[in-house]
Amino acid sequence: MAKKSQTAETKHAKPHVAVFATCLVDLQRPGIGFAAVKLLEAAGCRVSVPENQTCCGQPAYNSGDKTTAVDLAKQMIAEFEQYDYVVVPSGSCGGMVKHHYPKLLADNPHWFERATALENKTFELTQFLCEKYEPDIAFKKYSKSVTYHDSCAGLRELGIKQQPRQLLNKINKINLIEGEEAETCCGFGGLFCVKYPEISTKMTDAKIDDIVKTGAETVIGGDLGCLMTIAGRLKRRGLDIEVRHIAELLADMTDQAAIAEGPKAGGG
Amino acid sequence: MTARDDILDKIRRAHGRGSMNTPENIRDRLQSPKANIIPNRGKISGDDKIKQFIDEAERVEATTKSISDINALPDAIATYLKENNLPAALKISTDPLLSGVDWKKAPVLTVSTEPVDGADEVGVSVAFSGVAETGTLVFVSSPENPTRLNFYPITHIAVIRVDDITGAYEDVWQKIRQTNNAHNATGIMPRTVNFITGPSRTADIEQTLLLGAHGPQRLHIILVG
Amino acid sequence: MQSTSKQFPENAHEALQDEGLQQALQKLSTGFPLKRLQAAKRLPEFEALRDQARNIKNHVLENLDYYLEQFEDKVTKSGGHVHWCRNSDEARQTILDICQKANAKTVTKSKSMIGEEIAINDFLETNGVTPIETDLGEYIIQLRHEPPSHIIAPAIHLSKQQVAETFLKQHVNLDPDRDLDQPRQLLEEAREQLRQKFLQADVGLTGANMLVAETGSNVLVTNEGNADLTYGVPKVHIVVASLEKIVPTLEDATTVLRVLARSATGQEMSVYTTFCTGPKRPEDTDGPEQYHVVLLDNGRTDLIATEFQEMLRCIRCGACLNHCPVYKAVGGHAYGWVYSGPMGAVLIPGLIGMDEASHLPNASTLCGRCESICPMRIPLPKMLRDWRTRNYQQGKTGIKSRYAMAAWAFMAKRPKLYHGVMGIISSVLSKLGKKYGRFKSLPAAGAWCESRDLPAPQGGTFIQQWQTRRKQDREQSL
Repeated sequence: MAKKSQTAETKHAKPHVAVFATCLVDLQRPGIGFAAVKLLEAAGCRVSVPENQTCCGQPAYNSGDKTTAVDLAKQMIAEFEQYDYVVVPSGSCGGMVKHHYPKLLADNPHWFERATALENKTFELTQFLCEKYEPDIAFKKYSKSVTYHDSCAGLRELGIKQQPRQLLNKINKINLIEGEEAETCCGFGGLFCVKYPEISTKMTDAKIDDIVKTGAETVIGGDLGCLMTIAGRLKRRGLDIEVRHIAELLADMTDQAAIAEGPKAGGG
Repeated sequence: MTARDDILDKIRRAHGRGSMNTPENIRDRLQSPKANIIPNRGKISGDDKIKQFIDEAERVEATTKSISDINALPDAIATYLKENNLPAALKISTDPLLSGVDWKKAPVLTVSTEPVDGADEVGVSVAFSGVAETGTLVFVSSPENPTRLNFYPITHIAVIRVDDITGAYEDVWQKIRQTNNAHNATGIMPRTVNFITGPSRTADIEQTLLLGAHGPQRLHIILVG
Repeated sequence: MQSTSKQFPENAHEALQDEGLQQALQKLSTGFPLKRLQAAKRLPEFEALRDQARNIKNHVLENLDYYLEQFEDKVTKSGGHVHWCRNSDEARQTILDICQKANAKTVTKSKSMIGEEIAINDFLETNGVTPIETDLGEYIIQLRHEPPSHIIAPAIHLSKQQVAETFLKQHVNLDPDRDLDQPRQLLEEAREQLRQKFLQADVGLTGANMLVAETGSNVLVTNEGNADLTYGVPKVHIVVASLEKIVPTLEDATTVLRVLARSATGQEMSVYTTFCTGPKRPEDTDGPEQYHVVLLDNGRTDLIATEFQEMLRCIRCGACLNHCPVYKAVGGHAYGWVYSGPMGAVLIPGLIGMDEASHLPNASTLCGRCESICPMRIPLPKMLRDWRTRNYQQGKTGIKSRYAMAAWAFMAKRPKLYHGVMGIISSVLSKLGKKYGRFKSLPAAGAWCESRDLPAPQGGTFIQQWQTRRKQDREQSL
């Protein structure tokens, strides 16, 4: 990856990056969006947040409502295609745009072309920061031990495995412990977790048992849906393990309360 | 319309075509079969091939013994049976390889060429081929080596000529096509071709691996040559 | 076989409470995937072989009619008979007719999923012919009157104690005080019981992992050798197989075999891989006198040239079951019919209809692990979604969820409205949940809060906060 020469390039022409926050981040945890912006600016990008963004359409798509999914895909493409890059702090939404939009619009040559163009410039956050533009910041120390949960779509649709780990390893003295079941689904699955809650919880419990086995004090991931599920179940089980999005860690924004936690005295 | 017509018609309509003669590319494919990818592991030759055959077979709990000459067979069998506390009564195949064997060299053995029955404990048959790729024996049904001989007895002793061991499965098909074309009017295949890789096993009870499910519990391979 | 797929949630609930089952599933889901991974690593050509296996089957499905005709021609030339059957009724009757003509009292059987589909055992019994399962797992569940819970390990849900109880109950001629504590003892008892049955059988009924068009052969794959004793003893060998089992040549069969056992159990090759062609030759001293292939459609042709055609590449290895976190949670019986796991969730609606089976494609997170390990590269998550799409287009999803989705879609297409509404919701919830950062319960979030706390939003949507900050920045710079 010719990162060095790209960094040199950015001094002359900053890439114009649009952040697609995702509906979950937008509603639930804007801090992830701000962390992403911070990291992208530190990587020498000019960052915009297109205001007409809502949802990538995945809930509709996975429920079988193809019509709505197509409408939202077109809306998203129209809003984002003018930028040099689109960066998404989520493997599943990133996968929806890159992997599924061209398939959704395959019957319409005009939109298929636009979807493919967007596919080529859309990246999940850690992928972008590893493969395109590296953030030029000092990664401060994080004293708690950490284990990483791989998002299914990120892993299997976008090939995201090494990138978050590479970035985490830049944090000064990070203690990163691999779980045996890091790649196993957490049980979120969008609407699955409320349609089949018993099965979903069983899957989340298996994931949590694996996390507990690592002894890690923090669970980090790239998808807020997964993290909410894991955090919600951890708290219900009375387990004191912190849950955060990787952007928060990398951007040194761990003073804000972790997911499903109230404000702590003293911060993180 | 017969069921046959119905089914074929449904397939054709689904594919948007009517009934036609079999296209040439399909005829060719069937008449001149070509190998797909053959793993490097199957492209092995010479002593390495024999060694790999033995290693792979032992990896799946077969036992092996090499003898340089068929005359050493009775002693090799007697020794194996004694070491494993097994009865010395054998049912053997009438394969030409065994026809010149002097069984009196191991007088403890009782040898019969009668058909095997459900109670026989030790069977001796001759393999048509062996595949070094996975340590697999190949048996082909024939009057000399009936299929039952490979399955009824709880101890199966398989005799194989070292020269009959090939690298890959594809070599076996070529050999069968050559051998059977000569005398088999109904096509190239014998009634049964058995690929046997280790002794019978199951993990159906609590995922515990056990040998000797219905087929032989012991597979002893004697390589000759 | 009768389906209980409609009761999937209830079935799943029972399965989740069953501790013995949960232990068995835990073992299965760690054991098999590890073995598969090791086998794949040991064979550098494994990925390329998966591609080739997929291509072979795609070619067959595009030309299925031609290959079936060639197969039939070769079977006939080798002295066998092909019986074409459109559905379960025709297949059952055909098999019974062959058995009755042979005056069969008992029929030994090796494992056949299609046999389960057509419920051949019950039918034969009703008509005075006794079927005897010979695969150890199938034998055990036959004694217990249960369906299989896994494609290749049908009794995986049972403990050795349960098996011992069954043998004590059913093998009545043996000493009731005998020791059946260990799996080895159970195996030896089953072996002895079944050996007699093998030797007395009048007809052997097998399935087929593949049918080879070039030679008119069927391929049988077992680790026990029970299939070989099934066809190898009686005078009549019947093969029952669905028509997508065809492969063109022996070489093509070999390619599939190279990915089959490795994917299923991590073995390089199953212990017994057998190619049967026709009845015995005149000079043979053993082998069946009659060879019949019952070639069954039972819904396969309905899938051809649809978005589900790729499902017909399945070689029944069971790898997707072993890797699926949903299967791991609930096991095979919860799916309510012959098949289970991801391949069951795609195939069952195709064979018995979405009205019966709509839960199955919905009970998945689409995690994609199944597709990543399928030896035939079947796009299972895509087809699960396709079933959901068909269901939605036919108006068969629940009213509540349709309205909820429509409301969501209405707002999502109107960003200003969307952000207005979401801003209010997030602010309210953020204030309510400020202290602990989460809710133990919340109206309309019952399904989530049953077992999980719901994280409280930070407050204000990202877009709103971004707009606010930009406004502040602009004001500051003035």
